[in-house]
Amino acid sequence: MSKALTAKDFASSQEVRWCPGCGDYAILKAVTKALADAGARPERTVFVSGIGCASRFPYYVETYGFHTIHGRAPAVATGLKLANPDLDVWVVTGDGDGLSIGGNHLLHTLRRNVGLKILLFNNEIYGLTKGQYSPTSRTGTVSPSSPTGSLEAPISPGRFALGAGARFFARAIDTDKTGLGEVLQQAHAFDGASFTEIFQNCIVYNEDVFAAFTDRNNAAEAQLHLRHGEPMLFGENDSKGIRFNPETFELEVIDATGSPGDVLVHDAGNAVLAQLLVELQTPVALGVIYRQPSEPFESAFYKHHPSRMRRTRRVAEFIRGPNAWTVE
Amino acid sequence: MSYTSRLAVRTAVEAANNTSFSVNKNSKLQSIVVRLAGDSGDGIQLMGSQFAVSTALSGRDFATFPDYPAEIRAPAGTTFGVSAYQINLGGDPITTAGDAPDVLVAFNPAALKVSLPMLRPGALIVLNNDSFTPRNLAKAGYADDPRNGNALDQYQVVLADISHLNLEAVRSFGLSKSEGGRCKNFWVLGLLLWMFDRELEPVEGWIRRRLGTKPTMRDANIAALHAGHAFGETAELSASLPQLSVDPARMAPGEYRSVTGAEALALGIAAAGELADRPVLFCSYPITPSSPLLHRLARLQELGVGTFQAEDEIAAICAAIGASYGGMIGVTSSSGPGIALKTEAMGLAVNAELPLLIVNWQRGGPSTGLPTKTEQSDLYQAVYGRNADTPIPVLAAASSGECFDMAVEGMRIAIRHMTPVILLVDGYLSNASEPWLIPGVESLPRIEDRPVPEVPAGSDAAMLAYQRDPESLGRPWVTPGMPGLVHRTGGLERDYVTGHISYDPDNHQRMTEFRQAKVDSVARFIPDQALELGDSNGDIVVVGWGSTYGPIYQAVRRTGASFVHLRHIHPLPRNLGTLLAGFDKVLVPEMNNGQLATLLRDKLGIKPVSYCKVSGQPFRISELAARIEAERNGDTR
Repeated sequence: MSKALTAKDFASSQEVRWCPGCGDYAILKAVTKALADAGARPERTVFVSGIGCASRFPYYVETYGFHTIHGRAPAVATGLKLANPDLDVWVVTGDGDGLSIGGNHLLHTLRRNVGLKILLFNNEIYGLTKGQYSPTSRTGTVSPSSPTGSLEAPISPGRFALGAGARFFARAIDTDKTGLGEVLQQAHAFDGASFTEIFQNCIVYNEDVFAAFTDRNNAAEAQLHLRHGEPMLFGENDSKGIRFNPETFELEVIDATGSPGDVLVHDAGNAVLAQLLVELQTPVALGVIYRQPSEPFESAFYKHHPSRMRRTRRVAEFIRGPNAWTVE
Repeated sequence: MSYTSRLAVRTAVEAANNTSFSVNKNSKLQSIVVRLAGDSGDGIQLMGSQFAVSTALSGRDFATFPDYPAEIRAPAGTTFGVSAYQINLGGDPITTAGDAPDVLVAFNPAALKVSLPMLRPGALIVLNNDSFTPRNLAKAGYADDPRNGNALDQYQVVLADISHLNLEAVRSFGLSKSEGGRCKNFWVLGLLLWMFDRELEPVEGWIRRRLGTKPTMRDANIAALHAGHAFGETAELSASLPQLSVDPARMAPGEYRSVTGAEALALGIAAAGELADRPVLFCSYPITPSSPLLHRLARLQELGVGTFQAEDEIAAICAAIGASYGGMIGVTSSSGPGIALKTEAMGLAVNAELPLLIVNWQRGGPSTGLPTKTEQSDLYQAVYGRNADTPIPVLAAASSGECFDMAVEGMRIAIRHMTPVILLVDGYLSNASEPWLIPGVESLPRIEDRPVPEVPAGSDAAMLAYQRDPESLGRPWVTPGMPGLVHRTGGLERDYVTGHISYDPDNHQRMTEFRQAKVDSVARFIPDQALELGDSNGDIVVVGWGSTYGPIYQAVRRTGASFVHLRHIHPLPRNLGTLLAGFDKVLVPEMNNGQLATLLRDKLGIKPVSYCKVSGQPFRISELAARIEAERNGDTR
């Protein structure tokens, strides 16, 4: 038994080149800690990424790492996972990489349920190309490519993931050590494709875009931390709760002290509830919103392969075909 | 193999002039070209391939040319919906599907209209009499019924009520009219088997295997096969139907099978996996005419082959790269437009120094172009078609059977040099079948990769992952899971030695030169270019590549020129320049607008003469021979 590794052991020797104050630093710290806590082995762990600020991530983790091309990390990771299902394969992507240029691959990776741990750093902006609006930018976002405000409606990563058939969807805030830590632990343990949206603050091009719910002063009133089997409570001293309004088919905030019986209990296995939770604006639902395991793609792939990808027969047995003949 | 002459060529045939089967009773034909044509729903391709198998089993050499429309079921009876299958069979070495058919079976007026201009004068035409309705004649654009005028005077015409006779043959099975009609192709195949004196048994066996779960259709098709055969044998009709015979081929001793390019390539990929002792993951997205390879490989799983149908072309190559990164042999395949989409990912494989085989089944272009027609117009794309200085070795297969050898060679290069390799094949090879001398896989040299180094304590893992072989410049195939070699790789420029990200100007210069040197080094491992035919110096040499091998071979043989056929396109064999310098003129026939000619000008500084054909149809021997003669005469003038 090798000695237990710490978060420090998972930090690579490479100089980290994100902007000072970038939310990515906090995420890096949380991920290396989660790896150490889970007893991960560096040589059995791989980080695969595309292009963008988030996608520099693999260089800074002391594991195997593959920094691929824009949007294609889920496809590369799928091939890798099929080649060696025993590896612990993570995909790090951003809102542009994962939902714009790579949206197709993310969609199909989720629907196939490939056993990848997908982390989407959502900062609602293109950082590495200097601040253009992204597919998650809110309508009206002023940027170098939208000087009078963007026209497009943003995509909701949660809605996208559930629509694609994701079996695991979670949310966390970059600087929320506890919340992010818990989510990473569950995302890592999930057998199948886990998809985690991390609200990440881009200090240069989109500062405080999530401040309405991430700011320390707003946190209690604006964040709903979900735990499976526990009531949906938030606010000062858990004074508020979430209930389902059967007339509007929406979730709504109620006074939890007044009618505690109406407060919903989180059921992460409920797909309809998950749909409602990702739509919730205030508070913002955080934690594991949906978790419904099914057979991962790689396991089905090997199960249905007659020789489990091993060579049990020789080409010589096949090469003659049904109608060979001999010329003397 | 014994051969019994049952030649019964009738007066009508003997009277025909200048045809390959204006033969007397005692002679045999050297080769004969048969064209089967009908609607795309008539089962022509199936019938053709079964006829090819029966030809193979009878010991004749052959080459086939499936020629079908892009539409799955184009409107019935139209000229653009005509699906055809041409086969050249005989005793001489057969290298092409033949120029002009000697025998045509036309299922409807449209098939006759499309095929008639190709026929040799005196050719035998078997027409489905029932299909010559006013409606079908109109759809084919015939104002007058060609059976009545003098349009067919030059030919032997046999009118048979094929639809009707077939329905009669299968009537007892209680099939619907459309189900019964679908047996028609086997009725005609039965007739053909009689005409060529072939056994019914292999085809019957095939029907039994194929339709084992549908006993009624199985029995009906067998009945139709026998009825067609009996039709030929029936005395009163054999007056107009000759029984044709050709010599068995003089082929090298050994065991043969019939093989298409897709089959041979699938087996070659599996063999490469066996020789390298690694599983193969084939990742692709459906595209014409590449899909047959995916279908073939999906049935070779016990050879350690897996197939992954990706969501798009880009995902397909990326998953193959992921598989190679994980230690399996990654292979992807597509056609020109799909290869274009894969281009960026090829650069990643180059930069990350990962092995990968990329197969391109070329088809007519640009854009969607002519999906089911063949072309050789992706040579620029393969050699030059990427952003930045991104050299990749390029190979091309000359025949269906050679797809096997080139798949093995491609993987050998990919693993030796740790590089992606592009294999150019084309739509013609995908479906065309030929007799194939079955290779002994056990006797092929193993495919070795550079051993993964021992890890001394305290060493820089990335440095070890990039300790390259001094000859091939291939790095060790380090894969995730190997302890002590943990490192990062990717698309950013890396330091030559440490493998870490590097923006250093001198390093980028060095890396660019290294990537080129690596591909150049392939030339040191490949055989010198040999002459296919002819003397090593003279007035003219014809240089070909890919599937034009067959017609060039025959045309050169006819004209007595010399012939060089390239399998290694990039880099070129080291002696090629010297070899070509022995000739006054270099003629390069290609099914594109002069792409190999450009490459030869670029790499060898010579001035070849281009002969280009981009009609979606293969070269004819006669047109090539004429061009060689013309070039010669030009020289002597």
